Amino acid sequence: MTSALSIRDMVVTYDEFKALNRVNLDVGQGESFGIVGESGSGKSTLLRAVAGLASFEEGTLTVNGRAYSGRSRDKQFYRTVQMVFQDPYGSLHPRQTVDRLLLEPLVIHGFTDVEPRITRALDEVGLGAGFRFRYSHQLSGGQRQRIAIARALILEPKILLLDEPTSALDASIQAEILNLLEQARRDRNLTFVMVSHDLGVISHMCERLAVMKGGEVVETVPAKALEKREFSADYTRQLLVASEGFRRG
Amino acid sequence: MRTSGAPLLTVEDLRVTFPTRTGEVQAVRGVSFSLGKERLGIVGESGSGKSQTGRAIMGLTPSHAKITARKLAFGGHDLLTMRKAERRGLRGRQVAMILQDPKYSLNPVMTIGRQIVETLKTHEKVSTSEAKQRALAMLEAVQIRDPQRVFDLYPHEVSGGMGQRAMIAMMLVCGPDLLIADEPTSALDVTVQLEVLGILDKLVSERGMGLIFISHDLRLVSSFCDRVLVMYAGRIVEELPSADLANAQHPYTRGLLNCLPTIGSDRHPLPVLDRKPEWAL
Repeated sequence: MTSALSIRDMVVTYDEFKALNRVNLDVGQGESFGIVGESGSGKSTLLRAVAGLASFEEGTLTVNGRAYSGRSRDKQFYRTVQMVFQDPYGSLHPRQTVDRLLLEPLVIHGFTDVEPRITRALDEVGLGAGFRFRYSHQLSGGQRQRIAIARALILEPKILLLDEPTSALDASIQAEILNLLEQARRDRNLTFVMVSHDLGVISHMCERLAVMKGGEVVETVPAKALEKREFSADYTRQLLVASEGFRRG
Repeated sequence: MRTSGAPLLTVEDLRVTFPTRTGEVQAVRGVSFSLGKERLGIVGESGSGKSQTGRAIMGLTPSHAKITARKLAFGGHDLLTMRKAERRGLRGRQVAMILQDPKYSLNPVMTIGRQIVETLKTHEKVSTSEAKQRALAMLEAVQIRDPQRVFDLYPHEVSGGMGQRAMIAMMLVCGPDLLIADEPTSALDVTVQLEVLGILDKLVSERGMGLIFISHDLRLVSSFCDRVLVMYAGRIVEELPSADLANAQHPYTRGLLNCLPTIGSDRHPLPVLDRKPEWAL
């Protein structure tokens, strides 16, 4: 298996605080990889460090055979890797129409056939042309997240970084967005790296997952292992118990 | 069910209406239920009116909204005709509410201890030293290990789970008869969630309170409550004992239960809700 994304000994520090402490990760081509952990475990920092939104001081990052460091990422990187964020309200420009939001990445990367691309991107996420000239405040949470996914997919990336893409949504909307993501992955043979605190979501979407705690990867297991309870870290067990809901006694 | 004698709370045909530029919007459309000393869950998606139901009982509906009901009674009090000052006396002492995020619902410029003492002194004639003692005891009751230290901390100095425990302490310190918890653990990490729920569960049963637990999480609510009301578009579409959740009749309830991804079930794609317009009639 050739890896799409390879991380070696990555360290991210904020002042004195080590947000990531020597993290190693390999994600194969076309694989869907999950990262679970509590807030503060470093799971979002890991995605941000890959995307160039946080700088890493030590270690190496290789994406599709190309090495990157610090925060510098070239255009080629963003053609390969795109990210979808948790809060669809916060991640769409409030004063830009959907059309403008989708146009921007196309212009930056020098696409000329913008018209068909925007129409197709909207179609693909299940929103018709009627949504094209709306502002994000005229959309529901689920629709906004669809736009965020359309914006990420419009550059035809190979790797999608998903940071809690459904945790701000209602359960029924979550199911729709997860289905949409799976469909997109099948159609385009995408690689997913998905962060969530919800083990149910991760085991549904991913083939393998890493459990993170305190800036470190506690263990990496196949998603099937959760079902059969074949894991070693105590912390994984804690997360699993917590995901099963409240028990009296 | 542990309902005994007259109900603690009676709600009949509650309606909450908001005026908007495009006409009136009914957030709650004819909700009726009664509550004894039991745990009642109210479940629904955003916009279902579950929070507005809780707020109307608390008396926290924005003043431009209109509340009507055939009956809205708490204990012997008629909440519809009650004067504002009386309502204030009730709120915090006999009816208390826990909100979702301690980051926003605790006063950021007051220490945790002072906020608890303030609640006590508003409602009871107690000396400062006694109030402090009771606040410390309450912090201990919510399983804060070092109450003395936490008493002097500001809300930003504690974690989310700790903040939520402090809020529970503040709400329970006057010994209310009814507690409304609006998404009390949604802002917390899953592992902390269970701890906080455990504490809440213990205190509610020890002190014999009525509890209304409002949440979007059907599974969580049913594991915590005796009875569940499912709301959709401002109405109760189904009421059922938590134990019978698997036998839910309404397609909305069944759809909600079905669309959650769970470990071990291999369903691709996930079933999605097919919203029927007649549900919202």
